[in-house]
Amino acid sequence: MTGFGGFLLRRTIGTLATLLAISVIVYVVFYVTPGNVAQITCGPRCSPEQVHQVALQLHLDDPLYVRYWHFLQGLVVGQDYSTGTSVEHCSAPCLGLSYQTDQQVLGIILTRLPVSLSLVFGAMVLWLVLGVGTGVLSAWRRGRLTERVLTALTLAGWATPVFVIGLVLMIVVCGELQLLPFPQYVKLTDDPEQWAWNLLLPWLSLALIEAASFARLTRASMLETLAEDHIRTFRAYGVGEGAIVGRHALRGALAPVIALNANNFGSAVGGAVLTETLFGLPGLGQELVHAVSVVDLPVVVGMVLVIGFFVVLANAVADVLYAVADRRVVLT
Amino acid sequence: MSLVRVTDLTVEFGGLRAVDGLSFTLERGAALALVGESGSGKSTVASALLGLHHGTGARVGGSIEVAGTDVQAASDGELRRLRGAKAAMVFQDPLSSLDPYYAIGDQIAEVYRVHARGSRRAARARAVEVLDRVGIPDARRRSRSRPHEFSGGMRQRALIAMALACEPELLIADEPTTALDVTVQAQILDLLHTLREETGMGLLLVTHDVGVAAESVDRVLVMRHGRVVEQGPVTAVLGAPAEPYTRELLSAVPRVDAVRTPAQASEEVEASEEVEEVVLEASRLRREFGRGKRALVAVDDVSLTVRRGETLGVVGESGSGKTTLGRMLVGLLEPTAGEVRHDGHARAGVNPAVQMVFQDPVSSLNPRRSIGESIADPLRARAMGLRGSDEGRIRARVTELLERVGLEGAHYERYPHEFSGGQRQRVGIARALAADPRVIVCDEPVSALDVTTQAQVVALLGELQRELGLALVFVAHDLAVVRQVSDRVAVMRRGRIVETGTADEVYDSPQNPYTRQLLAAVPALDPEAAARRRAARRELASA
Repeated sequence: MTGFGGFLLRRTIGTLATLLAISVIVYVVFYVTPGNVAQITCGPRCSPEQVHQVALQLHLDDPLYVRYWHFLQGLVVGQDYSTGTSVEHCSAPCLGLSYQTDQQVLGIILTRLPVSLSLVFGAMVLWLVLGVGTGVLSAWRRGRLTERVLTALTLAGWATPVFVIGLVLMIVVCGELQLLPFPQYVKLTDDPEQWAWNLLLPWLSLALIEAASFARLTRASMLETLAEDHIRTFRAYGVGEGAIVGRHALRGALAPVIALNANNFGSAVGGAVLTETLFGLPGLGQELVHAVSVVDLPVVVGMVLVIGFFVVLANAVADVLYAVADRRVVLT
Repeated sequence: MSLVRVTDLTVEFGGLRAVDGLSFTLERGAALALVGESGSGKSTVASALLGLHHGTGARVGGSIEVAGTDVQAASDGELRRLRGAKAAMVFQDPLSSLDPYYAIGDQIAEVYRVHARGSRRAARARAVEVLDRVGIPDARRRSRSRPHEFSGGMRQRALIAMALACEPELLIADEPTTALDVTVQAQILDLLHTLREETGMGLLLVTHDVGVAAESVDRVLVMRHGRVVEQGPVTAVLGAPAEPYTRELLSAVPRVDAVRTPAQASEEVEASEEVEEVVLEASRLRREFGRGKRALVAVDDVSLTVRRGETLGVVGESGSGKTTLGRMLVGLLEPTAGEVRHDGHARAGVNPAVQMVFQDPVSSLNPRRSIGESIADPLRARAMGLRGSDEGRIRARVTELLERVGLEGAHYERYPHEFSGGQRQRVGIARALAADPRVIVCDEPVSALDVTTQAQVVALLGELQRELGLALVFVAHDLAVVRQVSDRVAVMRRGRIVETGTADEVYDSPQNPYTRQLLAAVPALDPEAAARRRAARRELASA
């Protein structure tokens, strides 16, 4: 297990370095972005004195490296913030306070993260089942009617924007047929059943789009493994097509699927903005878009770090899965 | 009733007729070899016996009867019951023929459970039993290994074990030893022989190697262009071939016990009369890959000299470091220690005077450039800085080179895929000649070629050597080819030269036990000699 321990250690260090680099980049990008941050934060009706006050309070006059240093300090040892009337302590790991609401960024993220994770996890299960299933089926039935129909559906799925699928689903399922109430987020811890029913449509709309790319990838990858020599061996020994496709070909075809899944999962955690907006889910993506539009730097940095963390985590999990699936892979 | 009865078999892929009116029978317990060069249709026949062309779009005509099953009329279910249970197949490349993701024992057990009723545990036990039977040491533990944890020979044993699992009446072996070293090949052929004696199963051996056939079977069928050229008892076909093609095939096979061809022998005399000028010298070469504990020493303390006009053969099994040595001589690899001297000067990096011909004529030519351009590249590299009228001269020189290696000047604009393997290797040789080298290092130049093509390429190299006074370093695993072309021979094992001397010394009175072992493993063309050698190997093994 020293190999696995070493892998974890190297990955953790790598993750921290990556996240640090991301935070520097976000700081620099926002620093050079034109526009008066203090004015935006204070609002259009603030007087120049008020704007100056806000700038002082947010340390907007400090040079970039000083502000970044404060950010790092907050992250490691915590930070006290003066809100004008009182002093608020933000304990480590402190991602700072929102310019807009003075709320702690970590708190904002923690209330929204469960929503995003609920959405993406459920959708991931669906897109894997639908996508890989479709891909396997169309590779197996290559050249037949089944494959052509599936290919057409896949292309259609790929070409349709998420808000079209989501809107149609909502109108048909909730409006016309009244099978489900219009979705509304319910916490998993409050009522698991309602949680699932309410997320069903968001899951489906996100998954249908993603499933299309998984179907194409799985099909291509399956066709490649089905042409390999060891498949011929098992055919020559009378092993049935079902076992050949399910046991031997699928396992070989999974590696690229695992890799794609890691990327798509990671980016959907913060990137499912359209789905979140359409179904009124208070997830990370929505908040991030809002924070960017009002130049709420602490919120943006915090969000980007959390999303970055999930992308890196998903990729590390993918690497472990590779090694589990294929013993020739050595984790480094 | 015969075990296999094939009548008037034809197999067509699209418009291409791969097998054309082939008929043969194989009696129970007998062994038949299908011998032919690449493209002769021999593997297609083997696949047809198990109905493997079903559903691939190939058109199969004629009748095939295997172990009482009419393969042409059989349903998918009937075919599956035939495959593995009554007739089992062993494939050429044992690494790619096993599923990399599952333990070897599990793969054998899976095949066993397809045909025999029984629990998972019983199937697993059967897998261990057959692995033990084919000589896998510590079979119970090793049955849990994945294919990549096995050596090449052990993988082929594992595939044979899979074939044995259901006690088939017929074993079809498609080039079972082509990917293996000669000593391992001898072990596998001996194993097949023993298994046949013990189980009484029939053997259909598909091979391009006449020697392998002579070692293993009692009847031979020579194929060419999908047709039978000649068939009969192995002693008759190989001892007194009736057909010209069979004779041609046999005469092209290099023999390990043959003295050098007269043309080359006379050249040897000439060379010895001249001043023996050393053109390439390597002293104490060492090359490691990787660092620290994981460092692998590929070449260890190798010194050699090559004189003008002579051929030095470097022979060894896979992993012996011969290719690494060849690359260091050319300057494609930097030695970790030691030095290479050309004409007495220490040199680093590549040098036009030392060129290389590579093993695989397919992948060593850029498929997107015409062959003329490929040959012109080294000329352009040398002419760098000069301009204008050079283009015409380069073209003329390429045309001359193409003609010199037996191709046509008009081939300049053609692309590699338009040529056969032998022709592509000629292009590779022309490219090596382009830089006017004094030494050419040939790394397995003929191992990817059929024997008749092989003989032509070897002859071409000999001619060029005599005309241009080239020195050759001929790196190969095939002991017979090396004997055919070499003046002096170095035998490599695990990165070191274990024996060196003139070709006759090394082959006729080998001093090193490893050299003796290698020579004993080379298949003999004469079936009686093969039987004697097999007995000798058994004695060696039991001693």
